[in-house]
Amino acid sequence: MSGPIESSAEAVATARHRCSPRETPPRRDLQAPDKDQMTMKRRTIAGVGVGVLALTFGALHAWTRPTALAPAMTALPAPSSGMLAAGARVVALGDCMVCHTAKDGAPYAGGLGLATPFGTIYSTNITPDPDTGIGRWSAEAFRRALREGVARDGHLLYPAFPYIHYTRMSDGDIDLAYRYLMSRTPVRTTQPANDLLFPLNFRPLLAFWNMLYLRPGQPGTAAPAADQLARGRYLVDTLGHCGSCHSGLNLMGGERKPAFQGGNIDGWDAPALTRLANGPVPWRQQELVDYLRGGLSLGHGAAKGPMRPVTEHLATVPREDVEAIAAYLMSIQAPSAGADGGQAAPPAAMAAASDAAGAAGARLFAAACASCHAASAPLTRINGRPGLALSSALHGARPDNFIQTVLHGVPWDPASPVYMPPFADVLDDEQVAQLAAYLRTGIAARPAWHDVARTSAKLRKETRE
Amino acid sequence: MSTHLTLNGKPQALRSDPGTPLLYVLRNELRLNGAKFGCGMGQCGACTVIVDGKPVFSCLTPLAALAGRSVRTVEGLGSADAPGRLQAAFIRHQAAQCGYCIAGMLTRAQALLDKHPHPSERQVRAHMEPNLCRCGTHHRILAAIMDVAQGGHP
Repeated sequence: MSGPIESSAEAVATARHRCSPRETPPRRDLQAPDKDQMTMKRRTIAGVGVGVLALTFGALHAWTRPTALAPAMTALPAPSSGMLAAGARVVALGDCMVCHTAKDGAPYAGGLGLATPFGTIYSTNITPDPDTGIGRWSAEAFRRALREGVARDGHLLYPAFPYIHYTRMSDGDIDLAYRYLMSRTPVRTTQPANDLLFPLNFRPLLAFWNMLYLRPGQPGTAAPAADQLARGRYLVDTLGHCGSCHSGLNLMGGERKPAFQGGNIDGWDAPALTRLANGPVPWRQQELVDYLRGGLSLGHGAAKGPMRPVTEHLATVPREDVEAIAAYLMSIQAPSAGADGGQAAPPAAMAAASDAAGAAGARLFAAACASCHAASAPLTRINGRPGLALSSALHGARPDNFIQTVLHGVPWDPASPVYMPPFADVLDDEQVAQLAAYLRTGIAARPAWHDVARTSAKLRKETRE
Repeated sequence: MSTHLTLNGKPQALRSDPGTPLLYVLRNELRLNGAKFGCGMGQCGACTVIVDGKPVFSCLTPLAALAGRSVRTVEGLGSADAPGRLQAAFIRHQAAQCGYCIAGMLTRAQALLDKHPHPSERQVRAHMEPNLCRCGTHHRILAAIMDVAQGGHP
């Protein structure tokens, strides 16, 4: 995953090199170049172009660096309970806590390592601690951070913070979030240093990134609550920033266009949101509401991995917000949705279930999984819970979510009815692949996945680190 | 077809069907009745044994997954006549009420102590979380484990 960084570093180096006035082109450049050389040359020119542009913007930024805003000196009046509740709703819909709370850490105190293709970024402390949090931030500084990705002191924030989405938040919502966060318990923390690849640890380069991907929002644009679709779009595109995971990132770390075609986050596949009919049972609006609020869909399975905390937060907001989200998502379905839903595997793939790997997988399933997941298991009769044939984890294009679930299970949570023990210490990577061979083709009736054992080894290693 | 593994330090060939959960192999084929059937779904920990140093639910561990691996059960920690150090601490603290969960508690705790001989109480609590005791003797179980963790009564 270090490709784009290396090549951009190279581009910068090349740019410097080419800028040297002493440089003379090698003689063979004057001869008619062949096609490969042409392509190489174009690539080099493009690389140099990007490098020069990035450097220019970095330099420009150094001159036009956003100013530090004065610290807020006066204490805020205590917010009313109504204001606090409204702020809590904005913060839950914006999923602030998911990133700004470390494992076993204090709420909103930051320190969670976000693994990106460009290195690890640690989330910041957004409790009102004056020295290590946002205690000295004025409402204006908070608004600028959300709209422009600039910290109070003027440094540029990394786009792991989804300001490209928050930029379109309404003034009212931003102020409510500010008042809510400023009323949290201040926590003093030591921020771990980010571990980013050169030259991305040079923040002014973000000015170039912002030129490409930040479209600052118009202050005061709020979705009218009466219009469900508009409210849903606001919650999905802006506040909920669903695209951060479900759009996938390009080589520059920008979200791919068109949006919501699916991505990969923390080793989990975030499915496309425009093809919600891509399984044996097409999603229906009401089912989507239940899933987003309860973390469990009877026709698709449980929310797992990074989606689970999202559903836990959506469980705390008014139902009409989640209904608006579901209504909007159903309105952006690709016209072909359903065309390949429930597509049966070709006969060759079906046969794979009976081969050696499938037979070994069936044996492992009988001992490790059947007590809960066999068609006759009592658990499949509770609340009409679906058998594995309908599980989204078995219908994905890639095996990642299936592997993650087998290795790590679904951790126990007193607020959730869903639990599965981990099997990382029971099954090795080959055995995970055998299970996949049996379940994917034999139970879900889909064409076999490839490279399951290798993917399992990779995901196991990533989790250990 | 036999499955060959190491059981409590000795090589063992097992005749049970490879699709059988380890718990049934231990109890039915070998008559090692320490590990208990509790829920059969990996939710209570009464069946816990140690595989390659890690605590696992034997009710969900296929015999087929164990070829060449090392399994340790509560019988491998000591006997009634010569209890192991952790077992002695459980007796000293009277950690068992009905006793059904105790084999699982012992093996899970032993896996931690083998890796970290002096864990903190917080580590012990987090590590023991998957195992349930319906009688509510957790405080005595915790005291017994901490006794060994702090090096008392060698």
